[in-house]
Amino acid sequence: MNEVWVIAEQRVGKLMNVSFELLGKGTELARQLKVGLAAVLLGDRVRALTRQLVCYGADRVYVGEDPRLRFYQSEVYADLVAKLVDTHKPGIVLIGATSIGRDLAPRIAAKLKTGLTAHCVELRIVNEDTEKPQLVQVVPGWGGNLMVNIACPVRRPQIATVSPGVMTKCDWEEREGEIITLAVDVQQELRVETLEMVHEESTGAALEEAEVVVAGGWGLLSAGGFELVEELAKVLGGAVAGTRPAVDSGWIPEHRMVGQSGKTVSPKLFISVGASGAPQFTAGFLKAKVVLAIDQNPNAPIFDVADIGLVGDLCDILPCLVTELKETGLRS
Amino acid sequence: MSLNIIVCIKQVPHPEHFSRITLDPIRQTISREGIPAVINPPDLHALEEALRIREEFSGKVTAISMGPPQAKCALEEALAIGADDAVLLCDKSFAGADTLATAYSLACGIKKLGRFGLILCGNETIDSGTGQVGPQLAEFLDIPHVTSVIQIAFEQGSSLIVKQALEEGYMKVRVKLPAMLAVAKGINQPRLPTVWAIMEAGSKEMQIWGASDIGATQDMIGLEGSPTHVTGIFERDTTRRREILEGPPRQIAKKAVNRLHELITT
Repeated sequence: MNEVWVIAEQRVGKLMNVSFELLGKGTELARQLKVGLAAVLLGDRVRALTRQLVCYGADRVYVGEDPRLRFYQSEVYADLVAKLVDTHKPGIVLIGATSIGRDLAPRIAAKLKTGLTAHCVELRIVNEDTEKPQLVQVVPGWGGNLMVNIACPVRRPQIATVSPGVMTKCDWEEREGEIITLAVDVQQELRVETLEMVHEESTGAALEEAEVVVAGGWGLLSAGGFELVEELAKVLGGAVAGTRPAVDSGWIPEHRMVGQSGKTVSPKLFISVGASGAPQFTAGFLKAKVVLAIDQNPNAPIFDVADIGLVGDLCDILPCLVTELKETGLRS
Repeated sequence: MSLNIIVCIKQVPHPEHFSRITLDPIRQTISREGIPAVINPPDLHALEEALRIREEFSGKVTAISMGPPQAKCALEEALAIGADDAVLLCDKSFAGADTLATAYSLACGIKKLGRFGLILCGNETIDSGTGQVGPQLAEFLDIPHVTSVIQIAFEQGSSLIVKQALEEGYMKVRVKLPAMLAVAKGINQPRLPTVWAIMEAGSKEMQIWGASDIGATQDMIGLEGSPTHVTGIFERDTTRRREILEGPPRQIAKKAVNRLHELITT
């Protein structure tokens, strides 16, 4: 069986957290298959970042540097990765389902004429002792109501994308890895060229990295809006998020939406406020450690996916909860 | 400048009815009986953008879809909204296609259509949400692609400057035509069909092509041409505690905080 690879992603010289999370999962898969774990890193003067990839689990890092690789360039990146994969024939390739990863992965898979599974929430190996171990790729289907197992039985590599926040990174471990420099030749005239990358800071804690996420839904309409959610998040030091209706009502920006078409979060505590629990929404916090749901409708499906449910008027319960938390706190 | 634009459209089950899609546990099949179908909502933004470009520069907008015979309805709607003509790729041998086989089939259909300047599609479908077909189609046609497009501007010559949305911010990308762009919701506000357009749509042309019409190789299409297979479907296991607290707000809030504390620290 061949290696497990992670295509690492950096933006303006900083590695994305999802790359470490994928190395965490990759470590587990590689151990089970008794193979090595390698990372691929492309960019301009990014060699210093290879140490982080190694200390988070990569045995080997292929690094390609060129001033023209400073920004993500879809054609060049896809060509380089596809050629490298074709040369070394890894069995599994993991790519972060970021906006850039989602742009890159399908192009690579089409070049290699192999399978690609998007937004996997679980990856595991079956038949690991046979000649052709299989990667079972679990994805939510039809709004997250059903889960679907997908395999790529014949062609290789098996490529999967995973959203940020789904997998867990390993602990940092001081270790040595092999760094292999790639020959990068960007002579061709680019048909598609990223000219500029504009960073727009979003306010508040990053959703995927927050330990506490408080998400509001449509039920807040009658409760007078989002202030109650913001206050609850503030007292917990958490991030504010919401459902599709909350985005459509203009309460939160699109990048703060949790759910199948939004962000996936795995915080220690997820609090849903005034959301009925549509599967498209609940698919976004499957791996939260503890889920608290608050809604006035005792029959809302949200309570089926909650550890603790509070039934009642949001205007009554939320202030009580905030007061209680201010008094006793929650952090251990 | 005149530009032929191709818009890729998928017919999907209505998202409000997703919870009615159920699993037959014995046959391991999906039942979507009686669930209404619509044009994948992001595709409407692709169509809208195509119509705006046509209005600015002239040219032709062709809607293309691959699907069962009932996908004709989606294309009829696209014609009513303003597409000039439409093609449905429909053949039993297309069934069971994953994104790679779908992209290959669409590429064969588009090659048969002839010269084009731009292909537009929605950034992802709401039923499977992979967002893979667009870039894979571009690879089969050997043209560049950009996804998550939120703005398109024409440059001198035959290139575009587009904004590609990122999680925080965007990238400014120059892309040469012909190209494939997957557009995100924020790019525009789709129009509704007018009564006049609906009446006119009846006289527009819709072609239906099978696998042999587009010269598709059998081992590249449908289930056979799909590297990925579904090996199992199951209902989501939530395994949460479901401890419901009812009563006076202050009391249940206190109880909840205590209980949360226990659960989080164990």
